[in-house]
Amino acid sequence: MTRNTAHLVLADGTRFSGVAIGARGASVGEAVFTTGMTGYQEVLTDPSYCDQIVTMTAPQIGNTGCNADDPEAQRPFLAGFVVRELSPRVSNWRATESLDAYLERHGVVGLAEVDTRALTRHLRSHGAQMAALGTEDPATLHDRAKAAPPMAGRDLTGAVSTDHVFEWTEGSGAFRSRALGSPIDRRLHVVAYDFGVKRNILRSLVDLGLRVTVVPATTPAKDALALDPDGLFLSNGPGDPAATERGIAVVRDLLGKRPLFGICLGQQLIAHALGCSTYKLKFGHRGINQPVKDLATGRVEITTQNHGFVVDKDSLGRRATVTHLHLNDDTCQGLAVPDADAFAVQYHPEAAAGPHDSHYLFRRFADAMLSAAS
Amino acid sequence: MPRRDDLKKLLLIGSGPIVIGQACEFDYSGTQGAKALRQEGYEVVLVNSNPATIMTDPEFADRTYIEPLTPDMVEAIVERERPDAILPTLGGQTALNLALELDRRGVLERLGVELIGAKVDAIRKAEERELFKEAMDKIGLESPRAHIVRTEAQANAAVEDIGFPVILRPSLTLGGAGGGVAYNREEFEQAIRWAFQQSPVHECLVEESLLGWKEYELEVIRDTADNFAVICTIENFDPMGVHTGDSITVAPSMTLTDREYQRLRDAARAIITEIGVDTGGSNIQFGVNPVDGRVVVIEMNPRVSRSSALASKATGYPIAKIAAKLAVGYRLDELRNDITGTSSAFEPTIDYVVTKIPRFAFEKFAGADPRLTTQMKSVGEVMAMGRTFKESLQKAARSLETGRDGLSSLIGKVDYRELVAHTRRLREHQEAALGAAGDGAVPAATDEELREAILEVVRTPLADRLWYLGDGFRVGLTVEQLQQATGIDPWFLEQISEIVAEERRLGEGGPLDAATLARAKSAGFSDAAIARARGERVADVRAARDAAGVAPIYSRVDTCAAEFEALTPYMYSTYGLGSESNPTDRKKVMILGGGPNRIGQGIEFDYCCVHAAFALKELGFETIMVNCNPETVSTDYDTADRLYFEPLTFEDVMHIIEVEKPAGVIVQFGGQTPLKLAVPLARAGVPILGTSADAIDRAEDRERFEEILNKLSIARPTGGIARGTHEAFDVADRIGYPVVVRPSYVLGGRAMEIVHSRSDLARYVRVALEAVSSAETQTILVDEFLKDAIEVDVDAVSDGELVVIAGIMQHIEEAGVHSGDSSMVLPPHTLGAKVLERIRSWTRALALELGVVGLMNVQFAVRGDEVFVIEVNPRASRTVPFISKVIGVPLAKVAAKVMAGATLHEVGFTKEIVPKHVSVKESVFPFAKFPGVDTILSPEMRSTGEVMGVADSFAEAFLKASVGAGTKLPGGGTVFVSVRDADKPAASKIARTLVGFGFRVVATAGTLDALTRAGVPAERVNKVAEGRPHIVDLLRNGEIDMVINTTEGAETIRDSRSMRRQTVLAEIPYFTTIAAATAATEAIEAQRHRQQTVRSLQEYHAELHAASS
Repeated sequence: MTRNTAHLVLADGTRFSGVAIGARGASVGEAVFTTGMTGYQEVLTDPSYCDQIVTMTAPQIGNTGCNADDPEAQRPFLAGFVVRELSPRVSNWRATESLDAYLERHGVVGLAEVDTRALTRHLRSHGAQMAALGTEDPATLHDRAKAAPPMAGRDLTGAVSTDHVFEWTEGSGAFRSRALGSPIDRRLHVVAYDFGVKRNILRSLVDLGLRVTVVPATTPAKDALALDPDGLFLSNGPGDPAATERGIAVVRDLLGKRPLFGICLGQQLIAHALGCSTYKLKFGHRGINQPVKDLATGRVEITTQNHGFVVDKDSLGRRATVTHLHLNDDTCQGLAVPDADAFAVQYHPEAAAGPHDSHYLFRRFADAMLSAAS
Repeated sequence: MPRRDDLKKLLLIGSGPIVIGQACEFDYSGTQGAKALRQEGYEVVLVNSNPATIMTDPEFADRTYIEPLTPDMVEAIVERERPDAILPTLGGQTALNLALELDRRGVLERLGVELIGAKVDAIRKAEERELFKEAMDKIGLESPRAHIVRTEAQANAAVEDIGFPVILRPSLTLGGAGGGVAYNREEFEQAIRWAFQQSPVHECLVEESLLGWKEYELEVIRDTADNFAVICTIENFDPMGVHTGDSITVAPSMTLTDREYQRLRDAARAIITEIGVDTGGSNIQFGVNPVDGRVVVIEMNPRVSRSSALASKATGYPIAKIAAKLAVGYRLDELRNDITGTSSAFEPTIDYVVTKIPRFAFEKFAGADPRLTTQMKSVGEVMAMGRTFKESLQKAARSLETGRDGLSSLIGKVDYRELVAHTRRLREHQEAALGAAGDGAVPAATDEELREAILEVVRTPLADRLWYLGDGFRVGLTVEQLQQATGIDPWFLEQISEIVAEERRLGEGGPLDAATLARAKSAGFSDAAIARARGERVADVRAARDAAGVAPIYSRVDTCAAEFEALTPYMYSTYGLGSESNPTDRKKVMILGGGPNRIGQGIEFDYCCVHAAFALKELGFETIMVNCNPETVSTDYDTADRLYFEPLTFEDVMHIIEVEKPAGVIVQFGGQTPLKLAVPLARAGVPILGTSADAIDRAEDRERFEEILNKLSIARPTGGIARGTHEAFDVADRIGYPVVVRPSYVLGGRAMEIVHSRSDLARYVRVALEAVSSAETQTILVDEFLKDAIEVDVDAVSDGELVVIAGIMQHIEEAGVHSGDSSMVLPPHTLGAKVLERIRSWTRALALELGVVGLMNVQFAVRGDEVFVIEVNPRASRTVPFISKVIGVPLAKVAAKVMAGATLHEVGFTKEIVPKHVSVKESVFPFAKFPGVDTILSPEMRSTGEVMGVADSFAEAFLKASVGAGTKLPGGGTVFVSVRDADKPAASKIARTLVGFGFRVVATAGTLDALTRAGVPAERVNKVAEGRPHIVDLLRNGEIDMVINTTEGAETIRDSRSMRRQTVLAEIPYFTTIAAATAATEAIEAQRHRQQTVRSLQEYHAELHAASS
């Protein structure tokens, strides 16, 4: 590994210098941090991180290398990857290559040996902001960061969505979650809108015995319904939900047609389809330790979260109700639209990375389809 | 569900004396629990036999019982107090077992007492092997395959099922004796026969071998609403086969992908749910096969544990406190995280690496098997945090107080080829011990020889294996080779190799510029280690750092990886950008803690440090604690205003001082660790509170101390300083044998010995001088041994003007037994008024002459009317908590206030309190864990902990202390007596009394003669050397109930060794001094005559204060 100096320069001029890892070059994105201690490969491949420069707060990254089973998409979409220390050795029986090699192969520009805590604290107090990362000189990088359009106002689903309809058949295999329970005994059909879908959502649906057809983000509602689904799913995805206008329009057409389940961007699109609004958090919720309370049962789930925007719960009209709240800041983490047989969560019940506490939601979706189908 | 209002009064059970495997982490959890429950408005009753705990301070409970933790005593307390519920999950295995026993006896049901924290069914399901295995099967989790076998046929069937290799664990043997691994049928046939022979019940567990598997621990909590969280995941550096308490452990897990980790989390959740712990914390251990990821459940503890204390310190999440609140009905989402103000229902995430390294004390236990196995042998631990694993590992390594400033090389100090021979002997003979490995002159070896030797040595897990691995890389071994030999994950090995590579780069010269320094510091190198690598002076490295502007920053332990702002100043140092120490401009005092627990430096000193923090807070100071021991109350973020979790080295402490600029530093409360920083800190201009560094030096420097004694006309045993064997002979000849010898470089009885002859002395001097690097400057102190004298410990507190005696404690054993091992009674039960007066006046004179401000401990020897001063320690002593409990005055608090400038009048402690009740402190020893070690008491301290017995008479107090220490005094049966000539009259008297109680007496020939002449009926038994059946045969057959055996001279001590071993194995009371035997006889009488009663400390103290006012 040649040691090139690289820099991360934030739009506000703050600079963090370290060692270049992965691909060489320069890249621009919104600087954010995530606090999960495991699952860097899932973070790298989570399409919701599209156009973001992601900092891992966990300091020792790359220890288990990369493998063929854990990616959440066919490739990384993030703009850059920042770590405290990159492991020089891969130690895991499933690993097929090092993180450095993986980053380079996928053209991800990375930075190591920076004080990621200092960076995180800066983002916490000054807010997530645009940044540039690379081996170019800091002044150039700063200019790029300043010139970059902010995340608010951007529809990024087109960049990450599939361009064709396909059937997803892979389950979790040996890693199937205990929390999912046994598969249901009817082969129900789900049509999943891919706004940047994480594979573990699809795997979880398959694990439950469902037939899953994935459709592009721009698929008109009538085309999706023509596939004769028992239920419709709206995936997670990157960008500003308010700007994802085509998605909102599709959801408006889908609402009430079949049992509907949304995750993350999916929830936000439902909210907008109902005429509610979303707003941007100062530095977002990104991690796998976020406590959410299910208001119906009173139970707390430790959840995986990755969102910069949330639904404004004060904007919810009479059609939608809040079902889940974040215990730390009371933000809306789940909503239901009873008259449309639709529900959604802001967080990631598919985890990957993260705890499996919320897997019951997939079951709830299957149950909704079952009762609608009978 | 919120707080339960149906409960009013709760009983909290502590864990008793500090023993290996159960140390002050349970004081930490018990103290947190007691505090939390009282804050919730409950009436708290607490029982613990260990006076050195913070939890037994009278202000932490409404009623505090310092009573033996036996079912009888706890039952008596439950009868008397009638609590609504018992919380047994904060007091280790001891408390859980007591709760189960109370349930079995029907006490809980009869008195309507509920168990909270964990129900009986849950405890049994988790603790009983068969039930646990069934539960795991039910939820589809694998446990290691195992069969209990009683015949060879069963054994063969078992191995057929499991496949090789298998682990053999014979039932009911101490220290895992007779166990082992068999890799093939031939080995197995031999091993199983040996195992059956060793097991008293001819039974053995044949278990699947998980040697070399990765080991993980999950610290989890769960509430009544089934809310569940993993507080911390701990990965063991040492693979399966080494007890997790003896393993180096790391948090968070380093070598699991998320999918593999979540599989463990799912399993942990399923386990705690199935076992049924629904109001508290648990520890769950897993083995993971590194080849295919197969997961096996090892065990579960349905309570807080050593690991949960570590997890709390590692993450900032107070598990015991939360567990206590869950036990009284709260749900996780109803509680707040102190550190961030956000919800408690979350999983901490950390942005640093935590390393724990265990501290061993094999040097104290000659003859012990030093191999690390599934039975814990370490006596303490340190924890360190760094932004990288390398940094945290090296910080932990230099926190250990073993004289190493990191992962330093042992080449040249350890003879690896000799070590190979030793480990081979160990494999061949179970009992072969390692000699004093090292620190002497080592013959040179080539790298090739070292590679070969180290590669073999590291196959055996030993206390210093981490350092051997470093040396392995230094001589060119590879990660692959070392991984093959040890089973340690290559990721960890790679990190060690990087440390060694960095050391090499530093050694190549080149300028010490900012980049070089930053890189070395980020890899955890201390200035001393950098200096050593470069052959420079430490001060030069520091100067280079100052010039380059490379200084540590302080980061906060915030449970959330900086996602939220931390409200609590709990910090560790690292190298990076943006320090978060944010020192205040308040007037502040810094307290240096005691570092890792080891023999001679235990919880007592942490107790004093905690009190200093409380006292100075009361005076309005900001208090700053510095310590590196995760087991302690001092490292609870709640104890001092600010906590720095840091190594107690000069460099690390100075950096904190530079940032905080305290008005004063207290070094006299944490034992030797901070005390040895007194002079260097003073020299650096740091204000030391209380007694000056110079006064400490005057008390410790032999020659300066003699000057004081001469000036004050205070007597001391005659003695002298010797350089080399001949001078030692001269001094000893002048004094007359036996003499007490010790190297002048160590304090507190380390390496102290009584030698009876020239040849013994010559051997001692040789070993002692070998043990130091600069033999020319090393001197040996040779002192008269005051035979048959009684030792007395005095603690006093002085404000420089007034000296108040806090307590005079008479040792029950004669002089020659280390004061930390001896049992003591307060007030003295056989000393005359004149002697006591002399002790008091000399104590005062010494305190004033030394200018003591704060605590002082003086050790006296009394022979008849003669009094001698043995040593003076102008600092907190081991007995401070014991005295505080006895007299009802928080001595360390008083002293801390005095050190901060208050007078004793202002503090309100102006005269000695001599209680009417009698308190006995008894020591507890780890001999059961070290087969092969001689149990005879000596000047070398070996106890790990202490208990206290309080009663109205000496006999009853001694009885309670003995019972509390685990001695089961017999009511009748056979007593074996064999004593040296000088003790024969006294032994006859004891024997007569015992015969009067209905005992049968057996004795060896010489003692039998004396008994017969004294008219005591007794029967003869053979010494071991006299042919069979001999005394050890009788002991093995269970025909002896008590042993009184005093010896003199090295030879008789050696002869009686096998007998002492057998008594430990059979748990037979064994007295090696007449004084102790006499006390025991009185205690047996007390036991015969009446039921023991229980009384709380608060009642004793109320009586004392009523009497004194």
